[in-house]
Amino acid sequence: MSQMASQNIRGRQGTLEIVDVTDTWVKPVPDLDPVSATYFRAAHDGTLLIQRCPSCGATQHYPRHVCRTCAAIPEWEAAGGRGTIYTFTVVRQAGMRGFDADAPYVIALIDLDEGPRMMGNVTDCPVDEVHIGQRVQAYQLRIADGIGLPQWRPGATSD
Amino acid sequence: MTRPDRTPVIAAIGLSDGPKAPHLDGLGHQAQAMRRALADSGISKGDIDGFGCAEAWIPGVPGVDLPETAEYLGLDPRWIEGTYTGGSAYEFQMQHAEAAIRSGMAHTILLTYGSDLLTRMGRSLGTAYGRKPVGGAAYEEPYGKTTVAAYAMAAQRHMYEYGTTPEQLASVAVAVREYAAHNPRAIYRKPLTVDDVLGSRVIADPLRLLDCCAITDGGGAVIVTTEERARDLKQPYVSILGTAARQNHWNISQAPDVTTTAGARSGPDAFARAGLTPDDVDMAMLYDSFTITVILLLESLGFCKPGEGGPFAEEGNLRPGGRLPINTDGGGLSACHPGLRGIFLLIEAVRQLRGQAGEVQVPDCDVALAAGSGGWFSTIGVTILGKGR
Repeated sequence: MSQMASQNIRGRQGTLEIVDVTDTWVKPVPDLDPVSATYFRAAHDGTLLIQRCPSCGATQHYPRHVCRTCAAIPEWEAAGGRGTIYTFTVVRQAGMRGFDADAPYVIALIDLDEGPRMMGNVTDCPVDEVHIGQRVQAYQLRIADGIGLPQWRPGATSD
Repeated sequence: MTRPDRTPVIAAIGLSDGPKAPHLDGLGHQAQAMRRALADSGISKGDIDGFGCAEAWIPGVPGVDLPETAEYLGLDPRWIEGTYTGGSAYEFQMQHAEAAIRSGMAHTILLTYGSDLLTRMGRSLGTAYGRKPVGGAAYEEPYGKTTVAAYAMAAQRHMYEYGTTPEQLASVAVAVREYAAHNPRAIYRKPLTVDDVLGSRVIADPLRLLDCCAITDGGGAVIVTTEERARDLKQPYVSILGTAARQNHWNISQAPDVTTTAGARSGPDAFARAGLTPDDVDMAMLYDSFTITVILLLESLGFCKPGEGGPFAEEGNLRPGGRLPINTDGGGLSACHPGLRGIFLLIEAVRQLRGQAGEVQVPDCDVALAAGSGGWFSTIGVTILGKGR
């Protein structure tokens, strides 16, 4: 039985802005597994995927072969790409290969309007203006062939 | 038929050379610590029939697997334990060792840890693994998540919810440094002020350099056996009053709430097993990977209410002579953090309960608590120890 076939995705896909940085990306690229390949491929094509459980209704990120709440098989859903900053930090000393030129940069945990929490960078605004409770909007960075990385900038509306 | 007394106790401790020991590798640290623990107690190596070691000494640093470590040390264990939960691994292993002694699966268990992190890696942030991230890390590492950044996000949220201040965080580092001044094997011993901490450079808001633990070499060994056997040994034994463990999550983005820890559940479990409350604890070894780690552990283990950890530290309660002395060896912040610090929490607690802690001895120390934190407050192991009768 094929679990979570990539064509089986609820919601509108390809709605997020795509920024292609494939030629200049020097940071880590995820090692793909059968589940993450669907997620990162969708990101490449402008979609932020979450999972929703058909059995208990729970949503989750990161994607898995199992609902972390009730152990059923979760289904894919395209998220709206809007969220709120739960917490964040400004990294001023990077210490990771590929990030030195970026410091200071923002890492945040973002609560999606659909429920799940995920990590991301908040870009396109001065680092000192980022704050907890700030509304943010997702866009997608193309970082490698077939791999996109969800990113965030200020400005999502509340609806 | 009367059952033999199988009450588990800690009979021996040993520390290897530190804070910098270029003459030792990870195995060398473990061999030296084991030899010192054997000498400490008078136990002979041939008596050891159980062995525990957190196999992955440091993720990303080449090490030797658990069975090969046993071979290197010349052990032939019938009980072997390799639980790896990050910094709390040895508190998790103590829970298992306690059960093994009680059940009779082993009679004399050696736990060892050793790492040459400082000699091998230098003072890097230890997060540049240089491989493609897999599993949960695939959703974090591409964003440049450093170890400090993850803890910083917890501190930031704690400040937002409770008004915790940088000065309160700094007061943890200042208190721990006061103890380090008396420890010849501490890597940093010069007195520290709150202003010194606030004046150090920001690594990831709000955490500054002096909110972060040291990087050192070091190793330790602990021997657990029955009370009956320990009565005839060279050192006073220390009773294992209660052990408990809990895992909430692993990666920081999966934490249900970054302002608390899994200790909010393992703490009460350990106290219930010991028949004690936080008020009964005379000193605590609280994992101090960062100053915020101590604040969250104080609160989640019930030493303070949520949000009161910062003021509790700022009022001086953690300092020598305070209501709850912590990390009297100088902690990970100032003395010893070779990667996994869990075993050193146990060793210093034993030193206090034996009354052998010298200038930093806590008066009338009858109950000590060691709380290891692994991952990002993800795995909290709690060991409550008491002065042996």
